[in-house]
Amino acid sequence: MEPGLRHLLSAGDLSTAQIQSLLQIARAFSKPINDGESIPILQGKTIVNLFFENSTRTRISFEVATRKLQGNVLNFAASTSSLTKGETLVDTAKNIEAMRPHCLVVRHSSAGSPNFLAKCLSLPVVNAGDGFHEHPTQGLLDAFTIQEKLGEIKGKRVVILGDIAHSRVARSNIHILKKLGASVAVCAPPTLLPPKPEVLGVDYAYRPEELLPDADVVMALRIQMERQEQRQFPSLSEYAKFWGLNKERAKLLKPHAIILHPGPINRGVELDAEIADGPRSVILDQVFNGVLVRMAVLAAVCAPEALSAWLKTANTATVNKGGAHA
Amino acid sequence: MPNTQKLLIQGGRVIDPSSNFDQDADILVENGVIAAIDKPGSFANTPGIAEILNAKGAWVMPGFIDIHVHLREPGFEYKETIETGTKAAVAGGFTSIACMANTQPVNDNAAVTSFIRERARQYGACRVYPIGAVTRGLKGTELAEIGGMVEEGVRALSDDGLPVMNSYVMRKAMDYAKAFAIPIISHAEDASLVGQGVMNESALSTELGLRGNPAAAEEIMVARDIALCRLTRCPVHFAHISTALAIDHIKRAKEAGLPITAEASPHHLTLTEENIRGYDTRFKVCPPLRSHEDMLAVRKALADGTLDLIASDHAPHGVIDKFVEFDQASNGLIGLQTTIPLTLFLVKEGQLSLSRWIESLTSKPAKLLGLPLGTLKKGAPADITIIDPERKWIFTEERIVSKSRNSPYVGHSLQGEVVATVVEGKIRFKSEDSGRHSPNPRKHS
Repeated sequence: MEPGLRHLLSAGDLSTAQIQSLLQIARAFSKPINDGESIPILQGKTIVNLFFENSTRTRISFEVATRKLQGNVLNFAASTSSLTKGETLVDTAKNIEAMRPHCLVVRHSSAGSPNFLAKCLSLPVVNAGDGFHEHPTQGLLDAFTIQEKLGEIKGKRVVILGDIAHSRVARSNIHILKKLGASVAVCAPPTLLPPKPEVLGVDYAYRPEELLPDADVVMALRIQMERQEQRQFPSLSEYAKFWGLNKERAKLLKPHAIILHPGPINRGVELDAEIADGPRSVILDQVFNGVLVRMAVLAAVCAPEALSAWLKTANTATVNKGGAHA
Repeated sequence: MPNTQKLLIQGGRVIDPSSNFDQDADILVENGVIAAIDKPGSFANTPGIAEILNAKGAWVMPGFIDIHVHLREPGFEYKETIETGTKAAVAGGFTSIACMANTQPVNDNAAVTSFIRERARQYGACRVYPIGAVTRGLKGTELAEIGGMVEEGVRALSDDGLPVMNSYVMRKAMDYAKAFAIPIISHAEDASLVGQGVMNESALSTELGLRGNPAAAEEIMVARDIALCRLTRCPVHFAHISTALAIDHIKRAKEAGLPITAEASPHHLTLTEENIRGYDTRFKVCPPLRSHEDMLAVRKALADGTLDLIASDHAPHGVIDKFVEFDQASNGLIGLQTTIPLTLFLVKEGQLSLSRWIESLTSKPAKLLGLPLGTLKKGAPADITIIDPERKWIFTEERIVSKSRNSPYVGHSLQGEVVATVVEGKIRFKSEDSGRHSPNPRKHS
């Protein structure tokens, strides 16, 4: 395992080995975190969450991940447009860098902003979502969840249903799931697909009925209310009627198929309540796994040596207990 | 102001497509006009020569004209001024430029036009022809005071980056402009289809997660303005055509005999959207860099004359405009000093004939603006561009004359360097290569 990582800017940059390594590290954190323990890998390190776009769960997830590794967190919420503030993105970031933190976790509504910051700063940068580009830790936590629930990703059919065109979650998932051997298909009204969906390197269909019978995993994406104002579809109720995952559509699924959603859910739009709360839903597992995966990323970026040392002792402990651990 | 002293340009290869002239010759300049052209050595005994320009190994051509420049003054002097912009122009081999109306205040009335002309007279290193706005404040709703601006020297009309979306308003502008015999320059993009697009809509925009600006946005507007040209017969010039689709429309319109012309920019001739990978905002331009196929189509159309001329779309921006998120970065790059080497490259590659290259930078733009320039005929104003087509140089930040630095070519090695730029008989720029300096005593300001 090679735990070191300079930045995490996009899932597209990660090799299959790096993805597997991060998932393996996350798995090693699972038991102690589930038991309420913390792990001293980020002691003395400060992680700054620099969020230029509203987000509660991703920020909290990174915050919990840092604290579980005994690191310090500093939250910096800035207005979306740096220009309206009179300070540029680079100036804001350089000011924070001058306070000598160890890592910047960045969310921004403009694609490529983390890449831009990574070029301007000497700090490691972790992308927590940039525009429609990528949300790599979401892709990792989804892959982790599928692995946990279905055993293996290779050969599985994953259907991503919803606003593909404007989704960083879909892009990161496609990169990661394809590298891990899944077959991926996307489904949305044509207005919510990229102009040429085949460029994503996946199958696609306009109607869910065509894809659901073969799916092992369905990932429903959140529908943003403003898309209706942008005339991407006529109404939320029409979206729900033709693309929402409801009881009827769920009947098309194989018995073991699971349902993911990155949250927050619009109940009654992309997911019916009975589906969101039903036995196929693994949504809350995703939330827990998100902490593990972000711990793995932060540890790999900020403290690869401490991480290696911890993994060694964890492995020894597992072997001593005679437990089978991946 | 005419220069009464005689200037001799000797030892060069004189190339003037407007008079089918291409041979080694010397040029005698007197009183700001071309006094005579004759075989090398002819003027050796001419009395009263105050200065000699040694053009050995160089090409001597009519002064280059760039009809698409943003000078930013008044209003955005931190990006460029008329003084710095015209200095960059002569350093890049241009003797005349036309400047776009998107200043602050907008050049939509005679007072602003007059201000620009006056500043250019005082501080300009080359000739400056203001382009007037089509509509008041570039808002696309009411016609600007076109007649008043023409009286003050406006040579064309354009709302440039803010295309007139209302077809009725554009039709009226075209009809009205006919009374003053000036063309309308169309930056052809359907703004509603462009939306918030920041790069070419393509597989790459999907991958990078950037909003796309589809080729269809340009195609639609080109088609509309051709239709309005057919309706009104007002000359229409299309700025910086970037797509193969638009070129097809222009080709057919020209075959139908409509008064249509069009330009290619050096960046659409040499760069593609692939440069956007890495989110480098220096490559953010409008219309956006397109596919490789589009770039080849623009090259071919320039070569066969479907695209008549080359214009730089020199668009200076400060660090604060460019060193930001890709979505928020301003469009454009500086082009005055790199247009010659970038487009000369096509000549060297055999993709563009030498005479097409020169006319696309001289007689074609002169004709569009109705100027008696772009020629070396005897008696013509002595606007002369002299370049060494072989000399390689590096476009370093130190060599940038413009007030802004936003060029993706900084650090690149370029071939073809300006030796001297002569405007109305005066040497306005001369390369620092001392080997070329004439031993004769010279005097000029």
